[in-house]
Amino acid sequence: MKTQQKNFTKVSMLGHFLKGCTRFFVFTIICSFLVTVFEMLIPQVIRQTVDAVIGEGEMNAPGFITRWFVSKGGAAYFRENLWMISLIVMGMALILAAVIYLRGLTASVSAEKLQQNIREDLFSHIEKLPFSWHQENKTGDIIQRCTSDAERVRTFVSEQMISILRIVIMVAMSLAFMMSMNVKLTLIAMIAVPIVVVYSMVFHGRISSGFEKCDENEGILSTIAQENLTGVRVVRAFGREEFERERFEKQNVFYTGLWVHLMRLMAWFWSVSDLIGGLQILLMLVLGSVFCVRGQLTAGEFIAFLSYNGMLIWPVRQLGRVISEMSKAGVSIDRIRYIMNSPVEQDKADAVSTETANEAMHGDIVFDHVSFGYEKDQEILKDISVTIRTGRTLGILGSTGSGKSTLMLLLNRLYDIPEGQGRITIGGVDIADMKAADLRNNIGMVLQEPFLFSRTVGENIGIRDREMPLDEIRKAAKIACVDETITDFKKGYDTIVGERGVTLSGGQKQRTAIARMLTQKAPIMIFDDSLSAVDAETDAKIRRQLSESLGQSTVILISHRVTTLMQADKVIVMDKGRIVEEGTPEELQTAGGLYQKIYDIQLSFSEEEAE
Amino acid sequence: MADMNFNKEEQQYVKLPYFGIPKLLPYLRPLRGIIFGMIGLCLLAGIIDAITPQFQKYALNHFIGQGTLDTLVPFILIYLGILLLQTAGNLISAFYGGKIEMYVSRDMRRASFNHLQTLSFSYYNQNSVGYIHSRVMSDTGRIGGLVSWSLMDGVWNLTYMIGSIVAMFLMNWKLCLLVLVIVPLAALASTYFQRHLVRLNRRVREINSQITSGFNEGITGAKTTKTLVAEHRMEEDFNKTSREMTKTAVKTAHFRSMFVSTISFASYIALALVLWRGGHITVQGLLELGTLAAFTSYAMNLMEPIQWIVRALSDLVTVQVNIERFTRLMETESDVADSPEVIEKYGDAFHPKKENWEPLHGDVEFEDVSFMYPDGDEYVLEHFNLKVPQGTNVAIVGETGAGKSTLVNLVCRFFEPTMGRILIDGRDARERSQLWLHSNIGYVLQTPHLFSGTVKENLLYGKPDATMEEIEAAVKAVSAEGVIARMDKGYDSDVGEGGDLLSTGEKQLLSFARAILSNPRIFVLDEATSSIDTVTEKLIQDAIEHLMKGRTSFVIAHRLSTIRQADVILVVRDGKIIEQGRHKELMRMRGYYYNLYTRQFTEELMNSGTL
Repeated sequence: MKTQQKNFTKVSMLGHFLKGCTRFFVFTIICSFLVTVFEMLIPQVIRQTVDAVIGEGEMNAPGFITRWFVSKGGAAYFRENLWMISLIVMGMALILAAVIYLRGLTASVSAEKLQQNIREDLFSHIEKLPFSWHQENKTGDIIQRCTSDAERVRTFVSEQMISILRIVIMVAMSLAFMMSMNVKLTLIAMIAVPIVVVYSMVFHGRISSGFEKCDENEGILSTIAQENLTGVRVVRAFGREEFERERFEKQNVFYTGLWVHLMRLMAWFWSVSDLIGGLQILLMLVLGSVFCVRGQLTAGEFIAFLSYNGMLIWPVRQLGRVISEMSKAGVSIDRIRYIMNSPVEQDKADAVSTETANEAMHGDIVFDHVSFGYEKDQEILKDISVTIRTGRTLGILGSTGSGKSTLMLLLNRLYDIPEGQGRITIGGVDIADMKAADLRNNIGMVLQEPFLFSRTVGENIGIRDREMPLDEIRKAAKIACVDETITDFKKGYDTIVGERGVTLSGGQKQRTAIARMLTQKAPIMIFDDSLSAVDAETDAKIRRQLSESLGQSTVILISHRVTTLMQADKVIVMDKGRIVEEGTPEELQTAGGLYQKIYDIQLSFSEEEAE
Repeated sequence: MADMNFNKEEQQYVKLPYFGIPKLLPYLRPLRGIIFGMIGLCLLAGIIDAITPQFQKYALNHFIGQGTLDTLVPFILIYLGILLLQTAGNLISAFYGGKIEMYVSRDMRRASFNHLQTLSFSYYNQNSVGYIHSRVMSDTGRIGGLVSWSLMDGVWNLTYMIGSIVAMFLMNWKLCLLVLVIVPLAALASTYFQRHLVRLNRRVREINSQITSGFNEGITGAKTTKTLVAEHRMEEDFNKTSREMTKTAVKTAHFRSMFVSTISFASYIALALVLWRGGHITVQGLLELGTLAAFTSYAMNLMEPIQWIVRALSDLVTVQVNIERFTRLMETESDVADSPEVIEKYGDAFHPKKENWEPLHGDVEFEDVSFMYPDGDEYVLEHFNLKVPQGTNVAIVGETGAGKSTLVNLVCRFFEPTMGRILIDGRDARERSQLWLHSNIGYVLQTPHLFSGTVKENLLYGKPDATMEEIEAAVKAVSAEGVIARMDKGYDSDVGEGGDLLSTGEKQLLSFARAILSNPRIFVLDEATSSIDTVTEKLIQDAIEHLMKGRTSFVIAHRLSTIRQADVILVVRDGKIIEQGRHKELMRMRGYYYNLYTRQFTEELMNSGTL
């Protein structure tokens, strides 16, 4: 699947993530609206009941309701049959309960769908990003962006934006109902609104730095504990328990103090805004009473007025908090945008077809004057030229940092050779002209420190194909001499490896990785020092079984062991990014270079071993 | 992330009596003043909440009902008075609540951290750092939060509920009983939904940690995924978890929304009942209009405290796991502990009695030592005898994971022999305190562990009261002046978290300097395997030689070329000592050591850069 590289703005990225969940959001908003309508209507029913049924007042409702009321026999009838009104209230309450439920459910569906889109898009994008990007960015930071920041964006859209909408609807409707009863009183009631909003915004805006400081200091405390635990040997060996205790204590007390201070501010905020709310209610009570006594307001209206007033002040307090928190979302959106806007690996538009590439794989591999550095002005590889004939084996010997692994990363296109710094061809086709997937499908590569996924051993070996039969997996495992080890585990091939399960030794990991690579049945195979943790005996056995099963494959062996290299048709010795020796193993044995030195030592070693 | 850290403890879950509250008493007792203060204030707040509707009732009955404003001024004053009382009460109780939360978690963090300083290494070996860390940092926080806010919500709402019921009962007991019908219904519904919510929320957290580790794997395994062209598979698997998350979260929302709408419906049933029966008796003139209004507001508001009480109770259930884990940490006893007599004479880890410490000479003797790791089932040492006179250089060699650390662990008394004794200067190590021994040991780890802070702070770890001259001398002894001179702020430069801002070689040199500063009599060195540049390597080599002069030393050697001069070489394989002797003797044996040595020699030759 091809993904077109996009350059998202904040808004277009949100739009992209919102795809498929917009209708749920719309539905949520409609439900919110209905909830508010019913919450507002029920007090009206009570008001009419108190005024026109129980009290002596006039019915003050839309025409059709009044007509129905009169047709039934007016106040006298309903006084005898109050259960009917109760039934109406219950009916409305039932509808209200239904829309409350629907609101909750659709809100969740929309929010979860949104978050699902975000995390799946992120994961998919990250998988497609070039290896160099993975090298440049810190894992912890990326995970943070994919989890915490994604969560914050979700909160922004599905909670903050929705709740602002909800609050606005609620306040507007409360005010409208209040207005319909008494304009003057409503205007006075509204005085509190801007006061509470501004107070809440200012407070939350100012307190957010306090939260950040708390977070920061929790981080410091957490680090102290973390370092103490990982460094427990150092602590004990230097007998510094007391020092550690003091260090932790100091930060523990400081951090606690910050929170207590913050809590004190919060306590002030809540009580003061409670007080403002309480004062406003008192004002309404007193003025309402006065209005009633003067005959400007009926008792029923007064009761309804008070309940609308209750719906006014609490959401307004929320509004301030939400608005001040929303500003944080912008940063999170940018942090996610950084990932989504990083360019993915891309094949050339005119890349050769898969068939052509597959066919080419059976040809010679040619490194043609290749130079490369990870950073500017740095040369890891200097003008490397070497040809590997099809079906033959190339051995590479070299010290750490000599560039031998880099060479392999280039062959696999985990890094691209910059323009004009040489090229690599397989079967005459420049690998830059192939699709990366075609190339990698045909190159089996075992890394020195293999990575196993935290799932079962069987799944790890058969990772390339979910449907791979166990026979095939075991066949590969047998060649890699790991089948016996695996069947010795209690759960055999179903044993979970890694953090959650069994920890494999370095050698076991390497052998599992070889088995995994073998299932690829690739015409080109690379072993990057991939038996270094396996003992010599098993090493020899694996090599024997490999050479029996490899058949026509072209092989590149990177190794420190001469016995391994002796199987190659050609060996190159690398140092500081250059090829310093090249020839058949036999030629190099007597060439007087590094290879010979090592050969001499290891040969005598091998002879001893054979005894 | 904590969920990912599997460990021995997690498997057994024991239910604690009385919700585990008795286990928390030691942390609550010092705060009893503010705890009772908060309870008192919550009682007050609950009562005030229950009284408030009476004002509305009075306004309706007296002012509006009788059309007089004669008592308006006292009404306002009393209301204001109560409002201020309420504000003050809320302010103080919220502040107390914050204090209780923070102080309880602070004290628990302190207690667990200090306890960890005394636990032996068997605990650290059986539980991952991540697991222990979340005991100290997150369990304590959750428990603190629970104790404080659940208590507050519980007391407050219980009072409010009882107060409301009493108020209703006093106004009209028949109507009150009618309203109470819904209380058990609401309580039952709350309990039912809470139980599901607790279960689902746990599931959501589980899947959430799977998603995080999915991201982690997608990023750290990028190289492998790319070489295997398994991006698609990884994406599919990730999306499966992602969909599971959405499903579970929506299911949670279903229950939550059902809960909310049920409670809302129940409130309106109460309202409808009051309207029906209450309206009836009001019409008959048995109830005043204002009383009816007050009744409706009591009935409507009765649901809220019930919800809160149920939530507080379910929180109490949820936090059980945290209390239980925390308790188990606190009740774990160290299997290496000083006897009361030893503590009496030499002091404990936090209060050493240095005046009674004898100087340590440096003779170490293993006397018929057998040893089995506490979590192992096999002896790794059996009847082992070795005399190490002062000044002897002991080297321990073997492959990674062969068990080379065992002897060092015993010498440092990180573990104690299962049978037999270890004599330090001719006396059983157990006759003196751990701190005494540790203060005389210099320990340098393979992966040097530095703490966040400055270079100087790290060096002083070896000797807190060292003068600047001593520090400089130590740095000079290991030829680390260059390292420090290169840094911006010299000795005051920040080393980063775990020393991250420095290279491995630099960290190593500093940790040598740290060890030398403490002027140890016994020196333990876990040699580095990592490849560092040759210049640094030479520096380190010289530093080691300097360090070991005249001291008893134990070196876990990875580079065999460095230990040719050792007085005794112990060769370890599969946890057992299989060969023992000087370099030449061992070479002559042509055994395992010989194999190891020749193999390494070649690799070193290649990496030495002598091409």
